[in-house]
Amino acid sequence: MSKISKEVIENHGISLAEFNMILKIIKREPNLLELGIFSVMWSEHCSYKSTKKWLKTLPTSGKRVICGPGENAGIVDIDDGDALVFKMESHNHPSFIEPYQGAATGVGGIMRDVFTMGARPIANLNSLRFGDPKHPKTKSLLTGVVKGIGDYGNCVGIPTIGGECFFHKCYNNNILVNAMCVGLVKKNKIFYSTAKGVGNPIIYVGSKTGRDGIHGATMASAEFDDKTQDNRPQVQVGDPFIEKLLLESCQEIMKQDAIIAIQDMGAAGLTSSSFEMASKGSCGVKLNLDKVPCREEKMSPYEIMLSETQERMLMIIKPNKKKLTLEVFKKWGLDAVEIGNLTDSGDMELFFNKKMVGKLPIKPLADMSPEYNRPAKKLKKNKLKKKYKDIPIHHALLKMISGPNHSSKKWIYEQYDRSVMGDTLMSSEQSDAAIVRIHDTNKAIAITCDCNPIFCNSDPKLGSAIGVAESWRNLIASGAEPIAITDNLNFGNPEKEHIMFQIKESIKGIKMACDYLKFPVVSGNVSLYNETKKKSIFPTPVIGGVGLINKTENIKGFKINLDDKIFIIGDSYGHLELSEYNRICGNNDGTPPPLNLKIEYKNGMFVKKFLKDYGDLVTGCHDISDGGLLLALAELCISNKKGMKIKLPKNTKKLKEWFFGEDQSRYLLVLNSTDDFKRIAKKNKVKISEVAIVENTDNFIVEDNFKIPIKKLIKYNNSWYKKFVDI
Amino acid sequence: MPKKVVSIIVFPGSNCDRDLAIAIQKHLNVKTEYIWHNEAKIKHHEMIFIPGGFSFGDYLRAGILATKSPAIKEVINFSKKGVPIIGICNGFQILTECKLLEGSLLVNKNQLFICKDIFLKIENKKSIFSKNIKKDILKFPIAHGQGNYYASKDSLKKLEDNEQVIFRYCSNKGSVKNKNNPNGSLNNIAGITNKKKNILGMMPHPERAISDKSTADGNIFFEGLKELL
Repeated sequence: MSKISKEVIENHGISLAEFNMILKIIKREPNLLELGIFSVMWSEHCSYKSTKKWLKTLPTSGKRVICGPGENAGIVDIDDGDALVFKMESHNHPSFIEPYQGAATGVGGIMRDVFTMGARPIANLNSLRFGDPKHPKTKSLLTGVVKGIGDYGNCVGIPTIGGECFFHKCYNNNILVNAMCVGLVKKNKIFYSTAKGVGNPIIYVGSKTGRDGIHGATMASAEFDDKTQDNRPQVQVGDPFIEKLLLESCQEIMKQDAIIAIQDMGAAGLTSSSFEMASKGSCGVKLNLDKVPCREEKMSPYEIMLSETQERMLMIIKPNKKKLTLEVFKKWGLDAVEIGNLTDSGDMELFFNKKMVGKLPIKPLADMSPEYNRPAKKLKKNKLKKKYKDIPIHHALLKMISGPNHSSKKWIYEQYDRSVMGDTLMSSEQSDAAIVRIHDTNKAIAITCDCNPIFCNSDPKLGSAIGVAESWRNLIASGAEPIAITDNLNFGNPEKEHIMFQIKESIKGIKMACDYLKFPVVSGNVSLYNETKKKSIFPTPVIGGVGLINKTENIKGFKINLDDKIFIIGDSYGHLELSEYNRICGNNDGTPPPLNLKIEYKNGMFVKKFLKDYGDLVTGCHDISDGGLLLALAELCISNKKGMKIKLPKNTKKLKEWFFGEDQSRYLLVLNSTDDFKRIAKKNKVKISEVAIVENTDNFIVEDNFKIPIKKLIKYNNSWYKKFVDI
Repeated sequence: MPKKVVSIIVFPGSNCDRDLAIAIQKHLNVKTEYIWHNEAKIKHHEMIFIPGGFSFGDYLRAGILATKSPAIKEVINFSKKGVPIIGICNGFQILTECKLLEGSLLVNKNQLFICKDIFLKIENKKSIFSKNIKKDILKFPIAHGQGNYYASKDSLKKLEDNEQVIFRYCSNKGSVKNKNNPNGSLNNIAGITNKKKNILGMMPHPERAISDKSTADGNIFFEGLKELL
């Protein structure tokens, strides 16, 4: 055995202290294969070593939670024996290096996490962040990522029904691609990843292993520099056709009572799947690596263990069902091979051509993985009071709806198959949350992705809490009972004190809001080192929320009808700092709007109950978020191609604050009858104010102020993407 | 009397097979049977459907690899006997690739996958598939990357002269213009039959429009097929 040099250790992203821990665990020097295994298992990506300590503080239980974090995905109960399996995961680093494959494999990976647990995926969403549109790489990254997401999900036949897309220069060299998948499973047909039963066969199924993605997890655990593009071989290549076959064949086997445990080979491939399964079941594993189907010649045990080739699964099968299992996979044309079996040794024993090439203790490697309490410190901000000029209200509105962040995202979503499976009721351009029906029932689920990185950058705790509240609000506005969230925490380098501060604060904020709103975190993902040449992205903790709609008749969406009256629910203070309005005026200073969770809860419960009990009186519902009241109203007009007349507030001196303030906890309710509404709001002590009436006009009219033809609003709203991608 | 059975051919990569089976069962009062592509025999052949999806991943060219499947050879045999056959989306692509239908489906004009609701004008009601459709304009979703219908000048003329064009992309009022053409198809063609008019290929998805809030015109389409069984 050759001695491991310091350089080799460094190249594996292992610190000297960590190397000493390894020596302590195995009581000898590791060989290269073993070092490689440690490096991926202890990478930030797989071990959560910088965040574990804080993630543990998040609330993860609730009356509907069946399975919280720690499995492939979280699971919640949606009554009638049904459960939802969902999770969000990032593929940021690979998507920057190779946008098409990076994004595609992100979608593939998250779907496998969901169908591994026995669920059939029923909806995909994505949360995207790109750099300044003027940055030379932004256009090709956008087009590549969108095509990658579309081609993968479309081919597998799962509708991509919602998400968000946001441009800001802080993402110039580190884009974010977070993919979310929701699947449906019967509560008594859930599959887990805990390996059990000495002697049981371990079956490898799916694509042949290649040299792609070796050390992908390690790459995702380091900053980018000038040589980033040299990492291209570390980006995996996706094959959605194999994914579809894997999905269907797994569903077929799952009906057969053959599987004891199953896990997909995601980040760190065969290594993490085998270690995690064995560690959960406290067993040992013997693998014959020469049995692993390989795509390329002469692959070494090191390469086989560390490859991140996509579309592969590992399963523990009941011995008497082995023949049947292999037959089903054969029918689907997939490679399926017994590559080893479970033992009682507690060790991972790796053989290649009958020779032992590595032996590592499983439990200690998993349990003793590093956990850091990294130093954290708030960065002092220099207040740069730049000069700026207020823009008139109607110009500001037109600028917003025709800008990159609030233009119609039609160019994106038309590339996604939203109608396959026949149960999509609303995609996210029609409602605050995307809505998909539970097949053959009268119930549906609402799903949304939210994060305001501008708020999070100024105040990570408050900004993150607002993200949770916004997700909760979006679910309420679409007629759902909020159930739980998955979170995808995207940050810079945690070894820097101010970044660690952002991470800790952000988790505190999520915890605060989730606790209060009884909105537990059931799964999640952390993506750190989103940093290039010392420049970090804004903290971007994306919240993926899921809610249940008992009756599809309760679904409202952004609908308005002639003569409807529109009311604001909630208090308006006119908080303009960090608002979309201030930012288009060039003013980036200040703090996010305050969030009063008590009021959030009260307003939300009022809206939820009103939609349920007096649904007939309500035509539509929309939350007020970035862009404030005026943008929310304009969105209703654009969506319905109808005009409205908007009233002025009592205090006409603060019109900008009234129209563009981003105060939290507010909704717009579109009502066809108002008497009951006023009475019940008063009884519940909820603040309401009438703001607009839907009129037989082709204009968006602000009383005594201005009017814009609806056609013009729509034209402005539809122009940006077309111009940007030049089609 | 036992229910009749309609066959749906399933390839690796088909993904509209379930949706289609549901729509057929709902409207035609029949059972459906999935035929795995490797099966050389189709037992029930009063009517055969080829569903949408990405058969064999659409690798090489959409629909081409499916033409090598044993089940397709059987479909070709039955087509000659006049069995009604409907191919939707990928099914249409497969039918053109195995030459049961004229022309081919190229990559969309804008080079992108397109998913949206479109309007379809029923060009003629003389075919067995369209004569009972109780509407002149239908709203269906499309979802495809290769739906740009192309045929040589001669073939196109024959198709038109022989009234084989069944559906054209149009506006909500039924006007067939270039701006209503989502993918660049010649003559706005969205669906055609063979010369004998027992085979229909169409890009839009009626099976996705049977209970959706935005359109339920698929119901009208499937109701119109009742007489065939």
